[in-house]
Amino acid sequence: MILVIVDHDRGVLDPTSVQAISGALALDSEVDVLVVGAAGRDVVGELASFGANTVHLAVHDSVTDFTPVASARAALELISRVSPAAVLVTGTPRGNEVLAHIAAILDLPMAAECLEIALGNDGVHQVVRNRWGGNIMETARVHSTLLLAAFAPHAVRAESAVGTGTIAEFTPALSDADLAVRILDRVGEGATGVGLTEARVIVSGGRGVGGPEGFAILEELASLLDAAIGCSRVVTSNGWRPHSEQVGQTGTKVAPDLYIACGISGATQHIAGCRTSKTIIAINTDKDAPIMGYAHYAVIGDLHTILPELVAATRAAKE
Amino acid sequence: MNIAVCAKRVPLSGGRWELTADGTEIDTSGASMGFTLSPHEECAAEAAVQLVEEFGGSSTVITVGVADSEEQIRSLLAVGIDRGVIVETDGGEWDPQGTSSALIEQVRAGSPDGAYDLVLLGTEAADTADFQVGIRIAHALGWPVVTNVKGLKITDGVARCERAVGSYREIYEVSLPAVITVKDGLNIPRYPSVPGRIKARKKSVDFIAGERPAPRLEKVKLALAVEEQRSAEILGTGTGNGADAVPALVELFRTIGVI
Ligand SMILES: Cc1cc2nc3c(=O)[nH]c(=O)nc-3n(C[C@H](O)[C@H](O)[C@H](O)COP(=O)(O)OP(=O)(O)OC[C@H]3O[C@@H](n4cnc5c(N)ncnc54)[C@H](O)[C@@H]3O)c2cc1C
Repeated sequence: MILVIVDHDRGVLDPTSVQAISGALALDSEVDVLVVGAAGRDVVGELASFGANTVHLAVHDSVTDFTPVASARAALELISRVSPAAVLVTGTPRGNEVLAHIAAILDLPMAAECLEIALGNDGVHQVVRNRWGGNIMETARVHSTLLLAAFAPHAVRAESAVGTGTIAEFTPALSDADLAVRILDRVGEGATGVGLTEARVIVSGGRGVGGPEGFAILEELASLLDAAIGCSRVVTSNGWRPHSEQVGQTGTKVAPDLYIACGISGATQHIAGCRTSKTIIAINTDKDAPIMGYAHYAVIGDLHTILPELVAATRAAKE
Repeated sequence: MNIAVCAKRVPLSGGRWELTADGTEIDTSGASMGFTLSPHEECAAEAAVQLVEEFGGSSTVITVGVADSEEQIRSLLAVGIDRGVIVETDGGEWDPQGTSSALIEQVRAGSPDGAYDLVLLGTEAADTADFQVGIRIAHALGWPVVTNVKGLKITDGVARCERAVGSYREIYEVSLPAVITVKDGLNIPRYPSVPGRIKARKKSVDFIAGERPAPRLEKVKLALAVEEQRSAEILGTGTGNGADAVPALVELFRTIGVI
């Protein structure tokens, strides 16, 4: 049996975390699911539609919002009761965090960012996992009786399946220390504007833009295309744009229909965040920049000359 | 406040990655290859320097890596970290449990200024993305840990941490001593100044012999992600200033359906 831990935020299921159920069902027909918190009851029906049969619901008076160590303790209690062969999650920030607490407490290895998982029956398992934001893949052996692994987000597709969604409720034993780290508040909720991850079009700028003022023309183009602004790390580390706009390995991963990279060289760490864009257009003075190996179309030239003309022509075309 | 920052030397490629012939390592022999630190860790170091500026005390950067990691350690000493400790390896990779054990030992040992109050590190390493070292350190020390932190303020021994989730931020608070794993965007790391670089040469870097434990997450081999090798279609003549490509771009916008 495989135990999958899924995540919800105040009763709203995290759709990415469900991918681990489909991933687990491909390895074993018996998959139990753990949900922590009373509000988790609201997501059980949805979990059943992904094939979940037994859903263990850990409920505790002191756990009213995400509490990572409490989630790990609940999982540990369940692990000793149901003895799974593996505990799997999707590697969302919370999924990785809870799994790492389990690994630390049990002093067992943990494999994050997995694309493929093969359970061995001799305490040696094999995984293929992302390194460098997915630019490199590692084949690794995990030496552990209990396999602890996180699928990379979107490594497996969440498939609908029919499960019974039978609730098995329990109250985990928790100490004060298990409750010490928890969400106390949220700020900035309900902010509006086209977010980077939802945008169909992204106009992105790099060092070639030259400074914060240089982004004015990118913003004009963005407003004509209903696009969000993105940027490279050189731009954020110079303080030209906020980090929330950074695309890449340590920024945001995006997959828009159109990604326009202006004055961006195409370092692998930047590409890690935009490689799955449907169409990439590069505007760059250097015809040999690495971005040329990833872009579908390119314009060789100075963005400061090209963009004003492109804005004017796009505006005219829309009229 | 005594702060330990954990950071790691990683290869940086100017173009695409290449692997060694046996497929177990990144080939770092190419002319365009260099070494660097993860942006997450640069932000951790910047936070440590700012906290010491605010509260006094000192900061130490600890790494598990080859002797040449001194280059990256000195780059952090140049921006204001006070000293470095290198748990020296022979170049073979240490798994996350091995790395954590070595770091735990160094954090337990404390700094010359006394016990550590805070350990700062990246939420995940740039290369191996294991997402666990900070959490393992916290459990070994019995300290609380907050991960994915993009905002940090310490008042009266309590760290208020902000964690970015989509468009909003979750707030956590923990009492020190604590482990906090941070993300790029926490701050804007300063560039080293010339006097900073000169001072860095005089700061101490201790080397401690490390012995690699048998890996339990054992690397077998690496492969480059299969990606389409494209050769971008050049719009316009590709010779002038690029403005002649504008009609083709507008046409492309129409075809894709964005205007
Ligand atoms: C672990 C790690 C994680 C990282 N994460 C990220 C990340 O998340 N996101 C990210 O972006 N980077 C990241 N980086 C940094 C990355 O390696 C590059 O340094 C960065 O992406 C380069 O930004 P850039 O393309 O804007 O600048 P450069 O590489 O300097 O390129 C500037 C480009 O602009 C062109 N140009 C200059 N002037 C003009 C002009 N007038 N008109 C048109 N073109 C012009 C140049 O030809 C050049 O190609 C990371 C690095 C590491 C080590």
